[in-house]
Amino acid sequence: MGKHSIFHSDTPESDKIDRLVVLPFMKSVDIAVKSIRVRFFRSLITTVSLVLAVSFLSFTQVGSDMANGLLSTGDPALRQALIRSGYDLQPVDMRVENSPKQRWIIVLSLLVCVVGIVNAQLMAVTERFREIGTMKCLGALDRFILRLFLLEAGIQGLIGSSAGAVIGGAFAMVNFLLRFGTESLTTLSWTQAGLSVAGATLVGCMLSLIGVMYPAIVAARMQPVEAMRVEQ
Amino acid sequence: MTDSRKIVRVTQVTKSFKLGKLDVMALKGVDLEIAAGNYISIMGPSGSGKSTLFNMIGGLDKPTTGKVFIDEVDIAQLDAYELAWLRCRKIGYIFQTFNIIQVMTALENVTLPMTFAGMADDAAAEKGIKLLQMVGLGDRFQHKPFELSGGQQQRVAIARALANDPAIILADEPTGNLDLNTGEEIIYLLKQLSRERGVTIISATHDIKMLNVSDQVVWIRDGRIDKIENREELSISIGQINTIPGLGSLSEA
Repeated sequence: MGKHSIFHSDTPESDKIDRLVVLPFMKSVDIAVKSIRVRFFRSLITTVSLVLAVSFLSFTQVGSDMANGLLSTGDPALRQALIRSGYDLQPVDMRVENSPKQRWIIVLSLLVCVVGIVNAQLMAVTERFREIGTMKCLGALDRFILRLFLLEAGIQGLIGSSAGAVIGGAFAMVNFLLRFGTESLTTLSWTQAGLSVAGATLVGCMLSLIGVMYPAIVAARMQPVEAMRVEQ
Repeated sequence: MTDSRKIVRVTQVTKSFKLGKLDVMALKGVDLEIAAGNYISIMGPSGSGKSTLFNMIGGLDKPTTGKVFIDEVDIAQLDAYELAWLRCRKIGYIFQTFNIIQVMTALENVTLPMTFAGMADDAAAEKGIKLLQMVGLGDRFQHKPFELSGGQQQRVAIARALANDPAIILADEPTGNLDLNTGEEIIYLLKQLSRERGVTIISATHDIKMLNVSDQVVWIRDGRIDKIENREELSISIGQINTIPGLGSLSEA
């Protein structure tokens, strides 16, 4: 019995009908965007933790870039000012690196953020059990559901983390401007700062996708019979 | 298509669930044949195995032993893709809770199964509007579900169930969440569809109003088929049914 012959039907045209169930990519994007818009407030809450974590990351990275810019002038007064403002500089150091403590705090904040995303997305999946079950009754495959959730998280991640990265970067600049004056902006390597912001955005997107992975798999494996259940 | 074609065939089906350490037999050997184009009601008290049998016919659940054939295809042999295809093209589902996808308009709900089936957007929209007109919602296709009443939502669900011209429509308590008049309207809409389009309609229900339009009523009791009544026999016993709501003559073995 051939895989595609089992639905042999009595009409001759039926052989021409595509036996695959499909969901075009643009249609999935469309549905994902609609889902976010309709559940805007919930999406916002999921995104806020990401915005905060990413802006913290961006703040420290851009801060380091600006400190490096100031150091590269070789001005001993600026060097003293940096040390006074908390940068741990040995006499031989020509660059500012993140201290282990700083790195630890960054990793911790990102970790907390991922846990928050997993939590929020699991809630979202539970809320949408009926919708997912209905889609499956209409013929959706597991991977359609997986793709919808990943797309939603990707869009949320991109918007949230770019907002966070820009906010964090801007905050770092304002901070340096107030402490060290305009010199901190003129000596700053803008490519370096741009790279830091882009890097933070990328990290944020990855976190958002990692966070949604488990909830999305739970959603995709759901049985369509759940849609029939009356309680809710 | 002859009337005698069996669209659904259930043979010796049992289903058991694990409830903690207990094995519960929800179905204890059911044989059932459903002819194409008929309007079938499955009746029975809650806990009778009605929903289990219903889910089995809809390809939503697989039997523990025995076989379920839909259009002479054994559903236990199907892989995930073929099951999805079956749900998309062969079966239309109508739920007690309507289950209109909240983020989409009425029209988008109706066209979603057509998208899954690979239909182009324009053709799908055109067909979707036709279907919505047919169920009496021609002017409301851009409305979101929360702007529609329960009866209107169920109409959208019926249009959605018809999207890919299925052979079977499965309706799980379609009038359970509707008031008397709206429920009646929905029942007659379903009946009309089964007559005009030759769709087999199988509905699980408590609703006595359904009996008037059914070609056949299957009574389930305690995991077994209690009796199957055809339309002719039904009109005689209907007074009796009304006096004992939800159950037929209990004395029958």
